[in-house]
Amino acid sequence: MAYKIIASQCTGCSACEPECPNVAIREKNGVFIIDPKKCTECLGHFDEPQCVAVCPVDLTCVIDNAFPRYVAPV
Amino acid sequence: MQANTEHIGIDTGKPLEQLLEKIADHKGCGTSSDGGKASCGSSDGPADMAPEVWEKVKNHPCYSEEAHHHYARMHVAVAPACNIHCNYCNRKYDCANESRPGVVSEKLTPEQASKKVLAVASAIPQMTVLGIAGPGDPLANPAKTFKTFELIAKTAPDIKLCLSTNGLTLPDHVDTIKAFNVDHVTITINMVDPEVGQHIYPWIFYKNKRYTGIEAARILTERQLLGLEMLTAAGVLAKINSVMIPGINDKHLVEVNRAVKSRGAFLHNIMPLISAPEHGTVFGLNGQRGPSAQELKALQDACEGEMNMMRHCRQCRADAVGLLGEDRSAEFTTEKIDEMSEVVYDAETRKAYQELVESERLEKVAAKEAALAEMSDDEVSDIKILIAVATKGQGRVNEHFGHATEFQIYEMSSAGSKFVGHRRVDLYCQGGFGEEETLPSVVRAINDCHAVFVAKIGGCPRDELKAAGIDPVDRFAHEFIEESAITYFKEYLAKVRSHEVVHEMRGDADIRQGAYISAA
Repeated sequence: MAYKIIASQCTGCSACEPECPNVAIREKNGVFIIDPKKCTECLGHFDEPQCVAVCPVDLTCVIDNAFPRYVAPV
Repeated sequence: MQANTEHIGIDTGKPLEQLLEKIADHKGCGTSSDGGKASCGSSDGPADMAPEVWEKVKNHPCYSEEAHHHYARMHVAVAPACNIHCNYCNRKYDCANESRPGVVSEKLTPEQASKKVLAVASAIPQMTVLGIAGPGDPLANPAKTFKTFELIAKTAPDIKLCLSTNGLTLPDHVDTIKAFNVDHVTITINMVDPEVGQHIYPWIFYKNKRYTGIEAARILTERQLLGLEMLTAAGVLAKINSVMIPGINDKHLVEVNRAVKSRGAFLHNIMPLISAPEHGTVFGLNGQRGPSAQELKALQDACEGEMNMMRHCRQCRADAVGLLGEDRSAEFTTEKIDEMSEVVYDAETRKAYQELVESERLEKVAAKEAALAEMSDDEVSDIKILIAVATKGQGRVNEHFGHATEFQIYEMSSAGSKFVGHRRVDLYCQGGFGEEETLPSVVRAINDCHAVFVAKIGGCPRDELKAAGIDPVDRFAHEFIEESAITYFKEYLAKVRSHEVVHEMRGDADIRQGAYISAA
């Protein structure tokens, strides 16, 4: 799985973008989106997903069930 | 440090006045910093300030009360990200008709911001200060903030740079702040005790981790105070902003004042909480009230001593443009700036204009001193009164009662005049007709004043003010405020002595909470 940003809740504040260790976040039409191919849920980098931890609006960065759980390479 | 400190705590259940009396002997707010009596202030001028500090603040409207009548500032919103959450802030907010911190209409890139600064500086030659104050924290967006400073320093080197931060990452950036020649920094410090802080800050994001509760507040206060100490050591002027939240940190702010004073802050700005439900903040939604005008003044008076208090803060938008108390941001939207071709920066015209402003300013100070000198010794009295003034700036009584969007408040005593704040109001007069329902709200906003000075006033509001016990005065139209106020006060004292009037204290007044609709 990857994280996704619920566009309707995103304030476009840009706090998440520089925190993402995978450079998976970019701005699109005034809000931010996560590239699911790049998202590793911050596994191997940090204890908690950085976008979730820094986002000022709770429940805006959430797990996207459309993608399989990320497995860190061995 | 915080565990053993016996602070003026919350939940002590005592009325504010009682506590303020208890701590009256601490006036001066703690020991002076290692620099000795680093006298500091915002009110009158060089007399109560070290010359090198005065030189830095004399044309800065946010740092010098005297300068704010003459000089303008602008904020550019390039720093939208934040690393802490405050219960008085709503990150979703964006409104054109509201004036309060954190609210903007448009976010800018550093390049757009730099162009906007040049355009504004050319249109408003008395614009001397560029600040970055959010929405968000400038130091949570260091790349954008410092890029903006770099661009402006290159093209408009006479403009002073300043920034306003929550302080969490401040210790990491003091060297850069110094290198970019930013010599004014504002830190918002609402507590020095994590027990108090946990009720203001639900969380912080620090070193890749979200912290909550007491731990979050402990980290924040440690970083803020460390950052302040580092700024002082680096010779950067630091002002402290605090939000007064009744029942949460109101009494504790005296302790905050002592802590920041001892670390070299030169000015303390205690602002009232703004918390209307429609703002959508945690405090707004849970019914947390803001302080009344009298509560705010009592706390500011209690903290006043060696360290001056800032009393002319308008809690302006994060993209405000112009003199404090006016907002011209609508004239400089991104769309309009983008349409402009090359902006020519005319430093010469700006300099000539500012020289004119300086001569007017000296004239005003001379008039005030002359009026004060006439106050004879037999006029010494314990009586103090507040006077509300309708003004458009330049230190003169030059606004029509019905056109005033705020009143400036002066406290008069036999020591002279002292600016103690301002009160925002709705326009009484719109399109030439008095709106009857707004008058009671104007009276509530200046209900603690004995008189209101105006350039002009209609018959109907004049009668209503009189009925409310406030003397409407239009005979000082277009005169200097402080000179006029001293004249009025001398006459008032004479009337009290001759028993023509009986001196009575006035009541409390409201601080306006709603949206600020500009007078455009």
